[in-house]
Amino acid sequence: MSTTWQEILDLGAREAQPKAASAEEPEQRRGVFKRLRESLAKSRQALSEEITASLFDRIDEETWERLEEALIYADAGAPTTAAVVERLEREVESGAVPADGVAVRDRLIEILAEVASTGRAPIDLSGEPAVLLMVGVNGTGKTTTIGKIAWHLSKELGLSVVLGAADTYRAAAAEQLAEWADRAGAELVRSAPGGDPGAVAFDAIAAARARGADVVIIDTAGRLHTQSNLMDELAKVRRVIGKQIPEAPHETLISIDATTGQNGLRQAKVFSEAVAVDGVVLTKLDGTAKGGITLAIASELGIPVKLIGTGESLEDLRPFDPTEFAQALLGE
Amino acid sequence: MFDQLSDRLQATLSDVRSRGKLTEPDVDAAMREIRLALLEADVNFKVVKTFTATLKERCLGSEVLESLDPGQHVVKIVNEELTALMGGTGRDLAFASNGPTVILMAGLQGSGKTTACAKLARHLGESGKNVALAACDIYRPAAVDQLVTVGERAGAHVYEQGTERNPVDIAEWALSRAREEDRDVLIVDTAGRLHIDEELMAELAQIRKRTKPHNVLLVVDAMTGQDAVGVAESFAEAAEFDGVVMTKLDGDARGGAALSVKAVTGKPIVYASTGEKLEDFDRFHPDRMASRILGMGDVLTLIEKAEQQVDERQALDLQEKLKRDQFTLEDFLQQMRQVRKMGPLSGLIGMMPGMGAMKQLKNADVDEGELDRVEAIILSMTPAERANPQMINGSRRKRIANGSGSKVQHVNQLVKQFDQMRKMMRQMVSGKMPNAQDLAQMTGGAPRPKIRRR
Repeated sequence: MSTTWQEILDLGAREAQPKAASAEEPEQRRGVFKRLRESLAKSRQALSEEITASLFDRIDEETWERLEEALIYADAGAPTTAAVVERLEREVESGAVPADGVAVRDRLIEILAEVASTGRAPIDLSGEPAVLLMVGVNGTGKTTTIGKIAWHLSKELGLSVVLGAADTYRAAAAEQLAEWADRAGAELVRSAPGGDPGAVAFDAIAAARARGADVVIIDTAGRLHTQSNLMDELAKVRRVIGKQIPEAPHETLISIDATTGQNGLRQAKVFSEAVAVDGVVLTKLDGTAKGGITLAIASELGIPVKLIGTGESLEDLRPFDPTEFAQALLGE
Repeated sequence: MFDQLSDRLQATLSDVRSRGKLTEPDVDAAMREIRLALLEADVNFKVVKTFTATLKERCLGSEVLESLDPGQHVVKIVNEELTALMGGTGRDLAFASNGPTVILMAGLQGSGKTTACAKLARHLGESGKNVALAACDIYRPAAVDQLVTVGERAGAHVYEQGTERNPVDIAEWALSRAREEDRDVLIVDTAGRLHIDEELMAELAQIRKRTKPHNVLLVVDAMTGQDAVGVAESFAEAAEFDGVVMTKLDGDARGGAALSVKAVTGKPIVYASTGEKLEDFDRFHPDRMASRILGMGDVLTLIEKAEQQVDERQALDLQEKLKRDQFTLEDFLQQMRQVRKMGPLSGLIGMMPGMGAMKQLKNADVDEGELDRVEAIILSMTPAERANPQMINGSRRKRIANGSGSKVQHVNQLVKQFDQMRKMMRQMVSGKMPNAQDLAQMTGGAPRPKIRRR
């Protein structure tokens, strides 16, 4: 069974009032899965077949080499790849796993899923209001992700959502968020371009408290983790949020583009140092990229993926499922 | 994270010198390090495979007697081969003999197309061209607004028709307007699209067909991983791009995607986008990228920057002083001021060879305020103290701290650091780089993952 929204969201004492989810026509529902299947099928096609074809037909030196290639190709990185393959090889050699193609593959998927599950926890939306801070490098899909989360919380779970447009730097970022707010039926708090991002976050939370809203989502400007002044600014936004509600932000998510290579690990590490990241939203998984770098992020930093973005439409945001992810990594 | 490749190779090949010749096991060990470094830099693993095979042939049996250090010898070969693979020197845009030169920009979502459009507009505008932009991203919310804003900032006119019309029509309309208004260049911004989205890729091919661009540029994020090759191949097919704009090169990604794209499609990287500001955009230098991928520092860029700013005579003076070990705090102050003229230090450090290994330095936030303090401390010293820091005793330290508005610890720290720096300089001047083991200790070198691939 795939991970469900109920499992990935911790709504605390709050009573979710599913609206569209239950009302959704079976017809429509099939549409969602059909689209997903199609996009996954495309990824499958695109994955170089020579890697995965008959990977486990025979267990020999070449199997391990090809396995390494498959994981490297998925951007899992050399250290994580080496650790996973070594572990599997040891288990096969010791007889703990039978040297049989199906058994080895199943065990590999288990190991990968286990690595991907490191530090797994639901998204904490139990606060009243719950504050969710979204951070990440430019172009990784923060604003789009926020739009989708807001839509899901508001339209499917019936929660009231306030969006804070604390990306005051990029031209038209607030306009972009405004469109999403509109689609999701969420309220938007924004300032003039070039305004202070901390002040926007502060105002958004104040507005949410005043109106008794359930969730506040703060959008921040994309920034490269190497720009220390911008990282300091982000830490300040976090501190300002903490002044409104001491335990906030309750959840800080970083968006990582699935096409990102080994630099993704640095991104997660440096952002985490600045704002204590709780989870990853792995975006753009509808392409051919596998997002294997999140394995390295989970195993080395203990930061798990919580959500995945699989397309452009509002519904294309899903809870992350470690086993499905492991299967997809191997092109299954 | 991997340390500088050259240090690793030096350690791997340390016993080769006694034999004088690279044997097969030596080369295999070296290739393993190179393979890891390239994979860590996100070079596509198939490209890595072919590359190391070529490399191995060249290294096998090659004489290292003459070169001082087998590790450096291999690095030299790798750098030469990498540079050759990247296409040697850069490439220029094609310009129309009359009428507007059309540049079509394409790429995945979030690769930085809109920003790159504005930066390119500014870049071309600087050289006296009358540049206009066409807003053909009708899909991403507010993308048109974004282009209008950054386009204006870049001093370019923006042709837009909102989001109701078809992008192909908008592009065609913008081109006719650009002709009427006698623009030199029209840059067409398109929506980010997935390379496997057939509908949108067909739309891109259509825009290409109708506007007949003189240049099609693919915008690629420097942080892209293994997938870069597949993306580039698909875009090559649909949009027949001529060159690549690498974005987000101001991050710390090694940018192996650049190498992969060039190796697989044969299309060169034309421009590099290196910062938040519109002027952080320049021609791409393939030879320098080779060094970056290997973690050898962007020596050439640094030299060029330095040439623009540093007084040559002063530099010669300094060299003499270093040789005679007479480097004083006064010289240090002058140097610091020279270097700061070149721009923020964090940018410069990344370009210096060897700094790739010195992680504390590379990742260090160079706090410009800290540098102001150092300057204040030195300025609070007497000329005698600057020339001979050993004489700075406790009461002098207190006085200097008071004079510079800092604390005694800060003065202590500066004196200590200066002393260490002198020691290191003495080593370098005597022809020895601080050895790899010391460096590894300094940086707490991590154990190598065991990857078996040949």
